[in-house]
Amino acid sequence: MPGRVEGKVALITGAARGQGRSHALRLAQEGADIIAIDIAGSLPGVQYPSPTPEDLAETVRQVEALDRRIVAKQADVRDRAALKAAVDEGVAELGHLDIVSANAGICIIADWRDTTEQIFDDTIATNLKGVWNTITATAPHLIEAGGGSMILTSSVAGIKGLPFLSAYVTAKHGVVGLMRAFATELAEHHIRVNTIHPTGVDTPMGQMDPNPFGPLLAAHPQLGGMLANLYPIDVTQPVDQSNAVLFLASDEARFITSTELTVDAGATQY
Amino acid sequence: MAGRLEGKVAFITGAARGQGRSHAIRLAQEGADIIGIDLLEPIPGAPYDGATQADLDETVRQVEALDRRIVATKADVRDFDGLKAAVDAGVAELGRLDIVSANAGISTQMAPTSQLDEAMWQNMIDTNLTGVWHTTKAAIPHIQAGGRGGSIVLTSSEAGIRGYGNIAHYVSAKHGVVGLMRTLAIELAPDSIRVNSIHPTQVDTPMIQNTATYDLFTGKAGSTKEEFAAASRGVIALPIPWVEAVDISNALLFLASDEARYITGVPLPVDGGNFLL
Repeated sequence: MPGRVEGKVALITGAARGQGRSHALRLAQEGADIIAIDIAGSLPGVQYPSPTPEDLAETVRQVEALDRRIVAKQADVRDRAALKAAVDEGVAELGHLDIVSANAGICIIADWRDTTEQIFDDTIATNLKGVWNTITATAPHLIEAGGGSMILTSSVAGIKGLPFLSAYVTAKHGVVGLMRAFATELAEHHIRVNTIHPTGVDTPMGQMDPNPFGPLLAAHPQLGGMLANLYPIDVTQPVDQSNAVLFLASDEARFITSTELTVDAGATQY
Repeated sequence: MAGRLEGKVAFITGAARGQGRSHAIRLAQEGADIIGIDLLEPIPGAPYDGATQADLDETVRQVEALDRRIVATKADVRDFDGLKAAVDAGVAELGRLDIVSANAGISTQMAPTSQLDEAMWQNMIDTNLTGVWHTTKAAIPHIQAGGRGGSIVLTSSEAGIRGYGNIAHYVSAKHGVVGLMRTLAIELAPDSIRVNSIHPTQVDTPMIQNTATYDLFTGKAGSTKEEFAAASRGVIALPIPWVEAVDISNALLFLASDEARYITGVPLPVDGGNFLL
């Protein structure tokens, strides 16, 4: 049986580890070749370890073990010119582009008083403008291919407010605006644009240790419930997000566009 | 490779034809056994013929051709006792229940809200809203009894997200389905039972391929299929006039499968960006 994205090429930002690596593997399992982009270096201001070139190399190794091709490029989604160059080189090497996962993002936990201008600007630059950079760098290639699917990674924090993440919540809500705007303009090219909205995921970003929420929630206990899942689990696995990406990327979702797909164990309903 | 629903049993209402038949076949292709019911009677006020026993027999034939089992029964979603008996008998025969597709629905009189017949309003609510509640009410105890969790997918509509003129009863019932979905998602989460809704735009089935629906979209009497296609294309962002039944089935398959194991409470449009415009 052919894979569900057989013969397609998927570009993924933030592909060195975490959800991005999982997306690369899941799509490769179903037949896609991969363009993997990651900063593979220091993330601004985060409270968890940054991804490394070794992480990106491990993604390459695992995709190649599936007998799929992968082109890995080190690039920062905030750097429009570098990102465009990485995208163009990857497409030149693999021949075409069909699927885009705008997954790269950072998360800095701080209450509003401690959210500095640097934190706000870094978060917007990475999580919002970085997605715009990704969309605009890839859209010409999808048009060239005659259509495609873009999946923007927003968050539960792109649908409802979460405490101590004001810059993140703002950026992730903005991603929904990008999704709707581009779903509208790109529909005539048979390009679908959707968002996924993960709740907590078992990744370096999702499982910070020590958890910076701890003292903040102790000081503001009435807000803790906003971070809870409805479904009886603490955290989702990266593959759960990847399965949603796969569905939206595949032709099974060929007429699904401008949808906010929550993969959140009901967190937005709670 | 194992099917994506291998070993599971799915209960589908409105299974004789259209989206319901497509659902039965798509889920069976991925390994599920099927419990299917359908009204198999004319629908008062509907601008299309009711499904027949021959239609349901064809669904049975196509599922069995896939080497899956199917228990198909004539039952009316408006009649809770009859519906429950059909589900109970199906589960007794197939051994378990994991998936529910509350798909049965009707389209009837099209008229300004102040001119809708009382009986048309009531039959719409009884079928497209109360019928969905009956379906879940009959099925939930069986899913809970399995102790393995499950997935319930309610078929709402684009008309469950936005308003349309001249079908207030349909729009009201389909919006109500979303309220039922959200409530059940909360109530059933502790049992690991997920509840989501699907919101199709126009689907290429008998329910929309009829003159009354053509006229509803074009705003003039005696419209042709081509005129309907042009009007329908005008309300969908992607350059298509409608979607196929299998597109809805693929969304159902995803939500029914373990790939969506943490997706609950979602209204999933399969609409080509209909609500954008």
